[in-house]
Amino acid sequence: MTSRRDLAFGLLTLALLGAVTLAFPGFAAPNNLVEVFDDTAILILLAIGQMLVILTRGIDLSVAANLALTGMIVALANRAMPDAGLIPIVSIALLSGILLGAFNGLLVWKLRLPPIVVTLGTMSIYRGVIYLLSKGAWVNENEMSRDFLSWVRAEFLGLTTLCWLALAAIVGAILALRFTNIGRDMYAAGGNPTAAQYSGIEPGRMQFIAYTVSGALAGLCGYLWVARFAVAYTDIALGFELQVIAACLIGGVAIAGGVGSVIGVVLGCLFIGIVRNALPLVGISAFWQMFINGLVILAAVLMSARHRDQKRSTLEARAV
Amino acid sequence: MNMKSLLRWESMLVFVLICEFIFFTSASPYFLDIWTISDASFNFTERAIVALPLALLIIAGEIDISVAAIIALASVAMGLGAAHGLGTPELVAIGLGTGLVAGAINGTLVTVGRVPSIVATIGTMTLFRGAAYAVLGDRVLKDYPTSFAIFGQGYVLGPLSIELALFIVLAVAFGIFLHFTRWGRAIYAIGANPIASSCSGIAVNRYKFALFTMTGLFSGLAAILLTSRLGSTRPSIAQGWELEIISMVILGGVSVWGGKGGIAGVVLAAVVLGFVNFGLGLLNIPGIVMSIIVGALLIVVVAIPAVAERWPMRVARKTP
Repeated sequence: MTSRRDLAFGLLTLALLGAVTLAFPGFAAPNNLVEVFDDTAILILLAIGQMLVILTRGIDLSVAANLALTGMIVALANRAMPDAGLIPIVSIALLSGILLGAFNGLLVWKLRLPPIVVTLGTMSIYRGVIYLLSKGAWVNENEMSRDFLSWVRAEFLGLTTLCWLALAAIVGAILALRFTNIGRDMYAAGGNPTAAQYSGIEPGRMQFIAYTVSGALAGLCGYLWVARFAVAYTDIALGFELQVIAACLIGGVAIAGGVGSVIGVVLGCLFIGIVRNALPLVGISAFWQMFINGLVILAAVLMSARHRDQKRSTLEARAV
Repeated sequence: MNMKSLLRWESMLVFVLICEFIFFTSASPYFLDIWTISDASFNFTERAIVALPLALLIIAGEIDISVAAIIALASVAMGLGAAHGLGTPELVAIGLGTGLVAGAINGTLVTVGRVPSIVATIGTMTLFRGAAYAVLGDRVLKDYPTSFAIFGQGYVLGPLSIELALFIVLAVAFGIFLHFTRWGRAIYAIGANPIASSCSGIAVNRYKFALFTMTGLFSGLAAILLTSRLGSTRPSIAQGWELEIISMVILGGVSVWGGKGGIAGVVLAAVVLGFVNFGLGLLNIPGIVMSIIVGALLIVVVAIPAVAERWPMRVARKTP
């Protein structure tokens, strides 16, 4: 079921790409496609983390705030020790992201609090902490070291570091979800927590792992974002969590848990990325982006709701 | 046990409110003045008016994240109407009508489209806010007729503003509706167990549709008040209000799992939050610090029952 949806949606994305290319032949040029991918890389990284969370019946509204807070921490660390090099920076980013994500996960797992309230809460806490850390000031390009800024843009075999990281995350997530126990357990825990529990999988622990991974990716993206745009301030990536969730929903991840594929999510991200990059070319104001995303989300969720009804009625005697 | 804990919750909110008053009175000599307090009420009235129907919706086990986006859309619609020279009564009709239609769309998606409400309203939130941006871009609408200012800036009697008076009347009406009518009891039943309610003859979907539509309608009303008070419309109007409105409902003791809560708690929580906001402003503390407090409160509030439930005896594990 899922793979057929991915195929159909893949064709739709290709059709979109074809339509844009028809109007603007330069759009499908390899260089431009690489740029679109580079532009979408952060969205892909975050969406893969978000997918794991939704797969296990959670939702993570705090990813963008986590990204912004970690970005600020990393920028401040870099300002304090400009010569420390990359490894400490990336380690700090991952560590901060993991801690912030694990905090969500612990609340959801150990106290069994509703994910939406937990992450709504941590979202505003994390944003507020950025302000306290930075005292509302910006960290600008001239306060960042060269290593800090250049790594994201470094090219290897024609692709930037950002692209390689996104590719690595895609391949890693596909392999982990298909071939590792934890990956399979996540689908099981989200698909039917009761059944999963009886077969020795703890659904809460799976949620914790998902939140932690999502946090780690958000932390990494915090560094990537700040280095890519060469600025850190309180409001970076404000509202970006909605695009991340949109990418997952468009990509066929079911909010009820247990259903979704990495390929679908990546296609969802690319769809958003193509629209975002094509709009200015077609002469439509960038202000339409959000409206189009909204339409596509609704179309996608309406379709998957229909699928679910058909499937559930035959396969599941009683839901939840 | 249910009623008792609710009473305790509400008396705690009253206690917090008293502490707040004592603290702010001692911290600022300007706080305890009837006009100051009248001004301060503008910090919560508009949001609280949306919190009332949203509380009913959450008690019925659903959620609406699109409320702030509906406010923005209704405000843009009224702004366009005003730009075409429409008078105040027409503008009010447009505001309420936009809210009503937007709410009905949410209701249709959830009841007919069978989309989980969180996903449906994430979609419509993107759609409505996106429409506001698409129509308005970076422009501002401010051709409102002078008589339109009455709703947000007028006073009924002395320091009693129209907004506050409206809120008090609505709060009483909602309180009576929820706690003393059979429709109110049906809402609790639906939230506690939708399947059982449906089996006992409650038209669950009709209730849910009506509640979504009502939430939309009151968001339209809030849009009228806010637009009238500010005298201008930007697409970013009421940005982030969904968090504050949901916080009011949850801090008011309404359970996110549905079936529990009351209007008195929501009203108290709205007043408490409004005065914290206002008092911090008096003390020159930036609003974002407030967001840390609200975020933390939100998590603590949902954590208290969870912790309390686990402490005395470990209940048999339920799946989340």
